[in-house]
Amino acid sequence: MKDARIPGVLIVLAASVAMIGCGKKEEPKAAAPAPAPAAAPAPAPKPEMVVKIGHVAPLTGPIAHLGKDNENGARLAVDDANAKKLEIDGKVVKFELLGEDDQADPKTGTVVAQKLVDAKVAGVVGHLNSGTTIPASAIYNQAGLPQISPSATNPKYTQQGFNTTFRVMANDIQQGSVVGSYAVKDMGAKKVAIIDDRTAYGQGLADEVEKAAKAAGANIVAREFTTDKATDFKAILTKIKAKNPDVIFLGGMDAIGGPMLKQIKELGIKAKFTTGDGGCSPELIKLAGAASEGVICTQAGLPVDKLPNGQKFVEDFTKKYGQIQIYSPYSYDAVMVLVDAMKRANSADPVKYLPEVGKTSYDGVTGKVEFDEKGDIKNGAITVFEIKDGKLVTLKSEGGTVAAAAAPAAAPAAAPEAKK
Amino acid sequence: MDTLLQQLINGLTLGAVYALVALGYTMVYGIIGLINFAHGEVVMIGTMVAFTVIVSLAGSGMPPLLILGIGLLVAVVACMVLGWGLERVAYRPLRHAPRLTPLITAIGMSIVLQNVAMIIWGRNYITFPPMIDKQIYEFGGASFTNVQVAIVVLAALVMIGLTYLVQRTRMGMAMRATAQNQHVALLMGVDINRVIAMAFIIGSALGALAGCMVGSYYEIAHYQMGFMLGLKAFTAAVLGGIGNMAGAMAGGLLLGIIEALGAGYIGDLTGNFLGSHYQDIFAFMVLIIVLMFRPSGLFGERTGDRA
Repeated sequence: MKDARIPGVLIVLAASVAMIGCGKKEEPKAAAPAPAPAAAPAPAPKPEMVVKIGHVAPLTGPIAHLGKDNENGARLAVDDANAKKLEIDGKVVKFELLGEDDQADPKTGTVVAQKLVDAKVAGVVGHLNSGTTIPASAIYNQAGLPQISPSATNPKYTQQGFNTTFRVMANDIQQGSVVGSYAVKDMGAKKVAIIDDRTAYGQGLADEVEKAAKAAGANIVAREFTTDKATDFKAILTKIKAKNPDVIFLGGMDAIGGPMLKQIKELGIKAKFTTGDGGCSPELIKLAGAASEGVICTQAGLPVDKLPNGQKFVEDFTKKYGQIQIYSPYSYDAVMVLVDAMKRANSADPVKYLPEVGKTSYDGVTGKVEFDEKGDIKNGAITVFEIKDGKLVTLKSEGGTVAAAAAPAAAPAAAPEAKK
Repeated sequence: MDTLLQQLINGLTLGAVYALVALGYTMVYGIIGLINFAHGEVVMIGTMVAFTVIVSLAGSGMPPLLILGIGLLVAVVACMVLGWGLERVAYRPLRHAPRLTPLITAIGMSIVLQNVAMIIWGRNYITFPPMIDKQIYEFGGASFTNVQVAIVVLAALVMIGLTYLVQRTRMGMAMRATAQNQHVALLMGVDINRVIAMAFIIGSALGALAGCMVGSYYEIAHYQMGFMLGLKAFTAAVLGGIGNMAGAMAGGLLLGIIEALGAGYIGDLTGNFLGSHYQDIFAFMVLIIVLMFRPSGLFGERTGDRA
């Protein structure tokens, strides 16, 4: 009798464990607050000031490699900024990065956002995912803290009417229209199948691609869904195979793109595979191996190694942290934009330097950073890549402004087909 | 028709893995009535150990199948030790505690193992080196690989072997006796500590095998991979009737097939009102319906005969 009832109860228990399991694992390191002597200007004889900058990205979970990449980019920026011994308001500034882990989970994202606000950071770089960035942005906005996301591409992030939200890369509307029209016009796709991982990023981008592909005259033959933690895609791929598409688009991260590509090959699907910035990484090539050959993917921004300031970044970063995944150049720029705004406002007080963030005109490692009235980057670039011989090869770039001085040298290399 | 066949093949492979993992849950539950939530993590550790062994042997020039065999063997042994250790350290001291206490301990062990694995193997996805040269076969418009065949055949052999062990050997008899009544089994001279440890050891060995299968099938591994797999396998065990071995096998296969068919057809059946993101809901709906009519699962009618 007693045994008969237990399984049902346990399913409920198991489900709640699932949530706890996903929400409670915190990296010990992430929790450790920096041993800052004082957040406010120290009244020491030698005038020095500690300015804390918050950084949030998933450091655990399936896309922890991307989160760590973001954090490393921000760390490098903080180190570089400290090396310059900047003076603000007559004091030498020492920047400190408070790195938090949001586990790519919206609920955890708001918790760590509050934690950063309580720690009195001067500004925040993050989060990585759109799904965590959007709910957290309300908390930063309430505290009046400038937030620059290096990688959240969902358009909603900057459409909330907040004056604190900024991003240093093109949003999904721009990216989606490039991918969608590239698939139809350049790859000649008539039938397109779209898969997304039901996250704010994946779903948002997939919707934009669907619109763009339809507008370009293609037929959407399948719209399938998975999760950002799945490893088995055979069921939906089998369904897609029956529809015989020319191109498959995935709105999702590299962690699911890798195994998906292998399964596409195993099922004998001939369609070309395309994905957005979340899947456009060396990690995808590592995970999918030979199955990644011929994949077309886009990144928001110009190819970093082609940019004049980018080369130095690539060298410094690889020397210190190893291979760049995707967004570390953007988190580097995001930190630098904050530092730049503080410098111009001659204050690290968010109230005083926030207006300056909007007026930014900064030559970063990813190109020129200027914001429009919503906080989106002006003239954000999109670059289309193809994976050839296990490497990401640039096919073409659209939009983007290269730093004026070096433009003649960089433009031909960075954007061979930019006219298109 | 070829799509249906393909979905059945997909489901069968997935189901074979679920079934093996579900056996680990059901053996332990059958004997001491504990849901060992750390079992999914044992599977994960098995995959990771096999991965480490395979990678370190990859350059040695041995034939790939031998390397895979050694990797599997080491993983099985490592997981047996882990399973035994879990029982000895985490569960045996709590054997007479209220039922919820060991359950919470199991959840705790699951989190501990995940984090230990994260420290050892890192937080990135690991590419499981493909040791079997994948051949793709076509059959009636559906395609499958030799890895899938190996998974299903191996799982079937192991299940037959396990049934033999439980039904025909002295150890199996001792297990069944302990499952029926620990105290009486003790009075009859059964070393129940040994029997319970054996259940953990065998379950963990099956988990390691399942882990290696998952690793070779998807060719990736991750320190959190055991969690969802464990939850699905646990569901499969409940579906079949937890504590019943035939139930775990049937439940696993059934769940795999339901999932594949759910993802493949739910959209068509509901006129795209429900898409493939409802595939898990579909699986759990079937589970709820089964439990409504057969609260102890498909095969779980006689609670006395649990092992």
